[in-house]
Amino acid sequence: MASRRPRTRGRGRWVARAVVTAYLVLLVAWPLWLVAQHTFDGGLENLRGILDDPDVAHALRLTVGVAIVSVVLNTVFGVGISLLIVRYRFPGRRLLNALLDVPLSVSPIVVGLALVLVYGGRSGWFGPGLEDAGLQVIFATPGIVLATTFVALPLVIREVVPVLEEIGTEQEQAAQSLGATAGQTFRRITLPAIKWGVTYGVVLSLARSLGEFGAVKVVSGNVLGQTRTATLVVEEKYLNFDQGGAYATAFLLALVAVACIVVVSIIRPKEEPR
Amino acid sequence: MSIEVTGVSKRFGDFVALEDVSVSIPSGQLTALLGPSGGGKSTLLRIIAGLEWADAGTIGIEGLDATALPARKRGVGFVFQHYAAFKHLSVRRNVAFGLEIRKRPKDEIRRRVDELLALVHLEQFADRLPAQLSGGQRQRMALARALAVEPKVLLLDEPFGALDAKVRKELREWLRRLHDEVHVTTVFVTHDQEEALEVADEIVVINEGRVEQIGSPDQLYDSPANDFVMRFLGPVTQLGSELVRPHDVALAPGADDPDAVAGRVARVVRVGFEVRVEVSTGEQVVLATMTRTEFFRLGVDVGATVSVRVVPGAPVVPVLGSPVRSALEVPAR
Repeated sequence: MASRRPRTRGRGRWVARAVVTAYLVLLVAWPLWLVAQHTFDGGLENLRGILDDPDVAHALRLTVGVAIVSVVLNTVFGVGISLLIVRYRFPGRRLLNALLDVPLSVSPIVVGLALVLVYGGRSGWFGPGLEDAGLQVIFATPGIVLATTFVALPLVIREVVPVLEEIGTEQEQAAQSLGATAGQTFRRITLPAIKWGVTYGVVLSLARSLGEFGAVKVVSGNVLGQTRTATLVVEEKYLNFDQGGAYATAFLLALVAVACIVVVSIIRPKEEPR
Repeated sequence: MSIEVTGVSKRFGDFVALEDVSVSIPSGQLTALLGPSGGGKSTLLRIIAGLEWADAGTIGIEGLDATALPARKRGVGFVFQHYAAFKHLSVRRNVAFGLEIRKRPKDEIRRRVDELLALVHLEQFADRLPAQLSGGQRQRMALARALAVEPKVLLLDEPFGALDAKVRKELREWLRRLHDEVHVTTVFVTHDQEEALEVADEIVVINEGRVEQIGSPDQLYDSPANDFVMRFLGPVTQLGSELVRPHDVALAPGADDPDAVAGRVARVVRVGFEVRVEVSTGEQVVLATMTRTEFFRLGVDVGATVSVRVVPGAPVVPVLGSPVRSALEVPAR
């Protein structure tokens, strides 16, 4: 069959390739390329412009900081929840599993509004209490972290769960019968086995966290120099006809995300030792 | 006694895996848990290892009540059917795992691992990953890994089940020799009666969650406790209302013998050195097996009248329950 396929299906395969390539170019590559092109319209002028602007620099720092915190949160809880879902049978497990997809299916703007309802300083459920204790959530950095963590929540889990299911429990049982505690088994056996699943989950979460817009827009208050993140800067500049600045900021955001994915695909071993 | 299992029961939902099982496994011996798939033998082994919890009953290991101990504190080496190799660690690190967990000094670990790799003939593969080994090599590595922590008992769950026939045969001979060298109390699970008969000092036959019989291979073969054990350990045929081994069925030409059953030769099959003769006695078809020489000396062929009887002193078991379905019953494998 392998020897016959190129002859009989050769043309079909080329057509399929061409269609897929055209689709990806029109939808992804070309638009992104245009962003890059507009960024470098006047040489490095646009990039220098935004990097010299202290408010934009602050927004970039805020975005990166928030992304790192939410990636750490999502990684720790994501691995924990994945272990819970795969290794244990408990009532409500399927409901939990379904609930984990909610952040991906609900519009981020709904997430933002929901968080305001719970943590809002005046009328939210815990908002006033937290405010009295000196912690402002909504219209402050904690709110941005919450919103970003919420929208990126399932990404680590969805990468780790299939790997955990595939490796099974025998290696872990072998480690235990050799004297390893639960912690030692996790560190020495489970974690190395799910390493690449976690890495992919982290990269996807990072990319998602850097680019979150809707939920952040609702909860951040968009205060210049304080709670305005990079994506909000892009919108602001675009609406104010500062297209060069908007494209340059957008270019930086896209660059970090693409760089993450490229780095991972380079360091990931070609043949996975599974 | 090295392992003392008392009144162990285990259910998975509605399925009864083990029902009030009590077994004593002697020290220093190689014991086989033999039985058909789904009979509960692997469950029993996993309960002994602490990888599964019994609903009732107690487990004693080397005089210590291990019923409530976690697997890591039982001093048990466990070898899985599918190796359970640590795929991200080299062969050397796999074998060293238990010693590293116990924080032994580095040079002691190196010395011990070298010894074990020599014992399982894997010295030249020390730095490979498990994925670069064959199935048989992986299983030997798993065995070395289990032996590294000097377990009080070594438990093997269908250790050769995933290997092809030739490697399986080599490895079980090797396991027997290894056991003669190392002398650790060993229990292995198998559904292959030939494997159990060849390798084990003692066999525990388990079926449908119960122990059918415990004994040496000869005891089990020569005096099976019931028709299940008889059928499971080798080929059987039915003469009258008794089960008998086909090689214990004697034929004589003519129908003169008053103590024998008269019949007519229905079929003759020659397989290498063995000849299988099917004799119809009217209501039954009885199978007799003999060597070629014996068959020629008998001097009968299809259609001839013969008298059939059981060789004096041969084990027979009364048939209970379902009758023998055909002349030849191949034991379940």
